Amino acid sequence: MLARLASPRTGGLLALAAVIALLPLALSNKYFYDVAVLVGLNAIVCVGLNLLIGYAGQISLGHAGFFGLGAYGSAILASRYGWPPLAAMFTTTLAVALLAFIVGRPILRLKGHYLAMATLGLGVIVFMVITTEDKFTGGPDGLSVVPFSLGGYVLQGERVWYWVVGALLLVAVWLALNLIESPAGRALRALHSSEVGAEVVGINAAEHKLMVFVISAVFASVAGSLAAHYSGFVTPGKVAFLHSIELVTMVVFGGMASTFGAVVGAAVLTTLPQLLATFEDYEMMVFGAVMMGTMIFLPRGVVPSLARLFQTRRQRTSAAGEEGGA
Amino acid sequence: MQYLLTGLTVGAIYALVALGFSIIFNASHVINFAQGEFVMIGGMATMSLTATGLPYGLAIPLAVAAAALVGLALEKFAVEPARGASVVTLIIITIGASIFLRGLATLVWDKNLHALKPFTGDTPIAIAGATILPQSIWVIGVTLTIVLALSWFFGRTLLGKAMLATSHNRLAAQLVGINVRMVLFLSFGLSAALGAVAGILIAPITTTSYDVGVMLGLKGFAAAILGGLGSGVGAVVGGLVLGIAETMSAGYLSSAYKDAIAFVIILAVLFFMPSGLFGKRGGERV
Repeated sequence: MLARLASPRTGGLLALAAVIALLPLALSNKYFYDVAVLVGLNAIVCVGLNLLIGYAGQISLGHAGFFGLGAYGSAILASRYGWPPLAAMFTTTLAVALLAFIVGRPILRLKGHYLAMATLGLGVIVFMVITTEDKFTGGPDGLSVVPFSLGGYVLQGERVWYWVVGALLLVAVWLALNLIESPAGRALRALHSSEVGAEVVGINAAEHKLMVFVISAVFASVAGSLAAHYSGFVTPGKVAFLHSIELVTMVVFGGMASTFGAVVGAAVLTTLPQLLATFEDYEMMVFGAVMMGTMIFLPRGVVPSLARLFQTRRQRTSAAGEEGGA
Repeated sequence: MQYLLTGLTVGAIYALVALGFSIIFNASHVINFAQGEFVMIGGMATMSLTATGLPYGLAIPLAVAAAALVGLALEKFAVEPARGASVVTLIIITIGASIFLRGLATLVWDKNLHALKPFTGDTPIAIAGATILPQSIWVIGVTLTIVLALSWFFGRTLLGKAMLATSHNRLAAQLVGINVRMVLFLSFGLSAALGAVAGILIAPITTTSYDVGVMLGLKGFAAAILGGLGSGVGAVVGGLVLGIAETMSAGYLSSAYKDAIAFVIILAVLFFMPSGLFGKRGGERV
């Protein structure tokens, strides 16, 4: 029982649930709730992206594209054509999944920097289409979005959204953890260390990479749809290259191949610019310096580095204890 | 013909930026996403130096030197300490550096657009039914000179050969007595200088600002990938192809999607030739 509680799947999930449940005690006003919701939405994207980057070892510099497609798909269907938001979100997600499925196969044949370039290109193309087709998307000015409603109930206010996003984040983390511990998850890790080696032992590398690519695109798209409804407005900035970079940075910052690391990364890097806003002119410089600094000094990311520190310390104390006993 | 000339001009700039990517990639297997920032530094530094009354002949070498110094500093303080880190980590470090440099540029200079005076007048010259700006001739001419100088440098000088050797096999190069860390260091300086030259050449045509490096950097990366990473010839051809394709499609198809064309071409080429046009092909070893 205790051993199960200490496992990342049960114990970690419970810890995350506890954090989400207790956090409102510290959130004293609407602004804090707003930041928390943004953290949650980014965390959902990062949990999905981490499956792709951290576990399968495939980089994507274009995930803001999927996020943006989710946001604009929902916005256009729900606001311009008056679809019920849930139906709009569902259709959009399905369309994004289909797109990822189609482009994923040729793109994922590429490796390393070439893969980085291809995903980057995909993201830039989505960005260009969204800024240019202003008849549908409102172009650079953006587009306002109706609030999310289900039946007759309208989802509004930071507090309500906090609980919705919190619950969805738990579901996302639970799904990711289950996937990682399934045979498919082990296959992903195998092809991360050696694609040829994985294929030799009978893993269909192309299938598995495609699967995780589609899953991560779906996570991003759903988060995008929700973000559009939550903020009531979408702008192309959310689709831009820089946003893709922010997402990848969150994953790497928190720690690759660590689902909770992705959540921590999202939390830190979403709140950081809010804190830095007080520096105004220096914001960009400090943000860049933080990015460089953490990667230089903690190349594994924050959570795995801390976990390792904790582990060695525990080993040392237990070793010392044994010596004392003998 | 008009589109061809314009395309050659733009392509020459992409080629210079792509060469910068290739040089650093060869020496260190790092993709330096801050490459675009060197382009920006070149243009902006020349702008403020000429504003103080310096002639181009003095301002340009100073600006190139400044960019090279920034490149050397980048290698020393950001890339060198992170040796042995994974590809993704290094990509994020250089992206962090590019955000840092852009932030710095808004402080040193400002967020406005700046125009540079053309080097020699701005009366268009007519060639074979098309017109060309004198500045375009400068762009093409200087790029050509640099490409020739680089091929001499890598083919004939000891230092250039040392850099080539390091790119082929780092360990072997070290064993025959090449200071590979110095090579790495210099390659950042050299590619920063190339980027700065590109930035200075293009500034009179397109104006310059603190964020001009983002798109140029991405296009340069696209050109380097198109030609095949690490191939010098590939970088030049990739840049020219990209520049010409872009202006042609802007002229004949749609100017709104001008910037997207480069990436459509890249995706199409990569789908069929996963190592670019001139990249090394080879199987993965287990």
